[in-house]
Amino acid sequence: MLTLRINGLDVQAEEWWSLLETSRFYGIEIPTLCYHDGLSPWGGCRLCVMEIGEGENTRLVSSCTYTAAEGLVVRTHSRRVMEARKVLVELLLSTCPSSKTIQDLASALGVQRVRFKVDHDDCIYCGLCVRMCAEQMGAKAIGFVNRGGKLKISTPFDRQSEVCRHCGACMYICPVCQLRCQGPEATGVVCGSCLRPEPTCLEFYPDQMCYMGSAGDCGTCIREAKRAQQN
Amino acid sequence: MDSSGKENNRNLLSILRDVQEECGYLPEERLREIAARLNRPLIDVCGVATFYRSFSLKPKGRHQIKICLGTACHVRGANRIVEETGRKLGINPGETSKDGKFSLETVMCLGCCAIGPVFVADGKYHGQVTPTKVEPILKAVKD
Amino acid sequence: MRTQVEDDKGLTHEGLKGLRDNILLARSQKIPHIVIPSGTCCQARGSSDVVEAFQKAIERHSLQDKVALRTTGCGGFCQSEPNVVIYPEEIYYQKLSPDDAEEVILKTILEGRIIDRLLFADPITGERFTHLKEIPFFQKQRRLLLSDNLRVDPTSIEDYLSIGGYSALSKSLREKTPDKVISEIKQSDLRGRGGAGFSTGGKWELCRKAKGDVKYVICNADEGDPGAYMDRSLLEGNPHSVIEGMIIGGYAIGSREGIVYVRDEYPLAVSHCKLAIGKAREYGLLGHNILGSDFSFDITISMGAGAFVCGEETALIASIEGRRGTPSQRPPFPAQRGLWNKPTNINNVETWANVPLIMKNGASWYSLIGTEKSKGTKIFSLVGKINNTGLVEVPLGTTLREIIYDIGGGIPGNRRFKAVQTGGPSGGCIPSSLLDLQIDYEGLKEAGCIMGSGGMIVMDENTCMVDIARYYTSFLNDESCGKCLSCSKGTQRMLEILTDISKGNGKDGDIGLLEELAIVIKDASLCGLGQTAPNPVLSTIRYFQDEYEAHIKEKRCLAGVCKDLIFYYIHPEKCQACLICSTNCPVGAITGGKGLVHIIKQDKCIKCGACLDVCPTRFSAVVRLSGEKVPEPVVEGVKVIRKREKDVNT
Repeated sequence: MLTLRINGLDVQAEEWWSLLETSRFYGIEIPTLCYHDGLSPWGGCRLCVMEIGEGENTRLVSSCTYTAAEGLVVRTHSRRVMEARKVLVELLLSTCPSSKTIQDLASALGVQRVRFKVDHDDCIYCGLCVRMCAEQMGAKAIGFVNRGGKLKISTPFDRQSEVCRHCGACMYICPVCQLRCQGPEATGVVCGSCLRPEPTCLEFYPDQMCYMGSAGDCGTCIREAKRAQQN
Repeated sequence: MDSSGKENNRNLLSILRDVQEECGYLPEERLREIAARLNRPLIDVCGVATFYRSFSLKPKGRHQIKICLGTACHVRGANRIVEETGRKLGINPGETSKDGKFSLETVMCLGCCAIGPVFVADGKYHGQVTPTKVEPILKAVKD
Repeated sequence: MRTQVEDDKGLTHEGLKGLRDNILLARSQKIPHIVIPSGTCCQARGSSDVVEAFQKAIERHSLQDKVALRTTGCGGFCQSEPNVVIYPEEIYYQKLSPDDAEEVILKTILEGRIIDRLLFADPITGERFTHLKEIPFFQKQRRLLLSDNLRVDPTSIEDYLSIGGYSALSKSLREKTPDKVISEIKQSDLRGRGGAGFSTGGKWELCRKAKGDVKYVICNADEGDPGAYMDRSLLEGNPHSVIEGMIIGGYAIGSREGIVYVRDEYPLAVSHCKLAIGKAREYGLLGHNILGSDFSFDITISMGAGAFVCGEETALIASIEGRRGTPSQRPPFPAQRGLWNKPTNINNVETWANVPLIMKNGASWYSLIGTEKSKGTKIFSLVGKINNTGLVEVPLGTTLREIIYDIGGGIPGNRRFKAVQTGGPSGGCIPSSLLDLQIDYEGLKEAGCIMGSGGMIVMDENTCMVDIARYYTSFLNDESCGKCLSCSKGTQRMLEILTDISKGNGKDGDIGLLEELAIVIKDASLCGLGQTAPNPVLSTIRYFQDEYEAHIKEKRCLAGVCKDLIFYYIHPEKCQACLICSTNCPVGAITGGKGLVHIIKQDKCIKCGACLDVCPTRFSAVVRLSGEKVPEPVVEGVKVIRKREKDVNT
């Protein structure tokens, strides 16, 4: 066992625990995306970053890949960390605006708009599918190819893989494939969240499948309400 | 990594380089052979082959054109050379002309900054190139 | 020559000294040496043809025993290549063509006369300089490393031995324990020359203390910064200096295996290094029981394959291990768990080359050079909009002004100096207001830049700083390994915003958004590439915010570079209908014939600038404008106002 200081509190941890595991053990909520208990940590989404060190020499590290160390000083929710997480979520939203998981993360962090160009990339390159296929299913049918702007996750030569068993584990684990949001897509605006279900556009569009709320976030209810008032 | 990981992985880049030199690119069958011989998942080998710019999974043209886009050449207007060459050959960087004669590539710094912009045709260096010099250089490349 | 070599055991310390004495004896006869730098950049300028011409001329005049011809690595003054230095006087001839060889042999070698037209002339005063030391480019340099490039043929170990090569190794093995070697390096305050500038001695100590019998020592020759080529020149020109440094380092750290990781875009450096390793092995300077000690060490070469990120230590290790070059988080540091999970020490080429220098002359000697916290010399590649392009070695602490004006000869065409980019894509730019900045690690950090590997790209009034930021961001986005969101997506979004700005689609708030995004990318990225990727953007915003604002608010590119914000126009009253521009237009966008005013059709124009290039200076009818409305074109068919010859120049 060793002792480290998290958010001002001295806590004990096993020598092999990561900072993420330690924080969660003590009940601190840390957002993650590319982390999964049953898979090796990747450290790619950067959402779990924490500030370590003291004084002028502090830096942000991904807590899922950083092992606890004796005497380490850690802050899980410092200003630098929160600013980073917010912008990171904004980057995620700009790539996959319709993912419920990412929308929930956004709402939890209070991110309400996307100031970047919005693509519908359908992949955030978190690598969960790759690790799932390799570590849990033992198939190693998919992986990262290329790099930079051309990075993608694919099978060899972009064709059906001979070792793929069609188990669907990659789709199961994918945070973007889970529960796609069908809501209205006003550019640059993020719907509140599914955590706070308040009917909004449902009042105006009976066929809309959106439960996103808080008034004004997606703009539809305000816009429609104004129009209804004028008529 | 297994215990013989060192032997399996140590030579992968040099193996790929040898095949690239021999065939001008990395054919699919050779990649499959390499994966089998090194006992590595095929997607791993493909991942490595596609990560590094020196390797190509597509055949290249008979003649290689490389234009330097290093910073020194960039401030001397190398982009204009790339555009002019692309126009003359009808292709973008990274592509091969339809007749298979030329492949066009941009590279980041050949270290010949004193003579920038630099245009290399089949290993022959041309310095201080201007857009008007592109056509004569291309015409001089014979099969 | 190998009479002193003991069979199967290689040289001993005494044997090495004896060998060196023999070589010097054989060379003691003072015959003229003709040295022709033949590095990659020299060959690109035709040095091989010059070498051949000299060989033939020497044969023609039967001077084989009376004149020595030596091909070397890059001499550093690249602007003057192909060039020739004649020893012992150090007569410096520049920009030779093969035809000049005969004249040089006849006049200078045989008759002792100087050929004026081949001497370097100051571009402003016209003054000619005969000897290397007099040339302003060399005067203010302190070429501790680069001067050896002109003294050795890189394919000859005898040359290296004759200038005292491997005596530092002998001294270290004979007189010092590994710990004493480390403390000497620490005392010298040598800092890593590859980028971050960590204490080399400190790094060695960490690795030495790490547990384990198997340790590795790596030379990082993956010089990826565009515009930087000093590592290539050292490895091509004097590979033994790097090898000697690595052997000393291996001894100090307790490693038996060294690897030189060199990018595959440097074939000549690879072949010279291979050759040098082979020769060192032959002489027992690599292998078992070096110089009769119980220290054994060998070096192999591993080649990169075109990935900038593999200059980062953990990505470099992944590459050698045959994996994708994806960096990993530190700790564990390579000094604790690196290549094949063993303690590994990685240093840059120039750092290794400094080691024999320090061990031979002592740490106290070394620490007299430089500033308080930055000791020694640094080689910079001075390129871009500069008169004297080349490699410059100066003591740390030299000011930017001295480098650019005294050594570099100023900006071509007498244009205005705007900025110099240091540290490559990880660095930033230094504006003219900081010309008196002392270049060392601390000074650059305060100015918002880093030393990096030493590239110095000079920019003038015709360089657009927004375009430079966009260029570097595009490069980094392409080279990003893709693992971490902040770097791969962050640089992509920065690039999109910068592209929008350069196309005239910038919006209010873009600058603030860029800064906000930049700070998060710096903070949250996994490795050095991502952590420094926003530097060009932040640095150009810091010093050139007015250019960004002009692009956004006025849709104007002050330097005339961003294509969507410029247009070319022919002044009808200046046009003399010479037809030159219309003939040279690649897309036929210029109308007008003999005697008729030429007009550029803006909808067809691709903004290549050919017309501006070719319009005769005495007419200067073509201009490039930005931030204003395109003037209404004159009606086609308007005749030119013909000027008589004598009026044209008024």
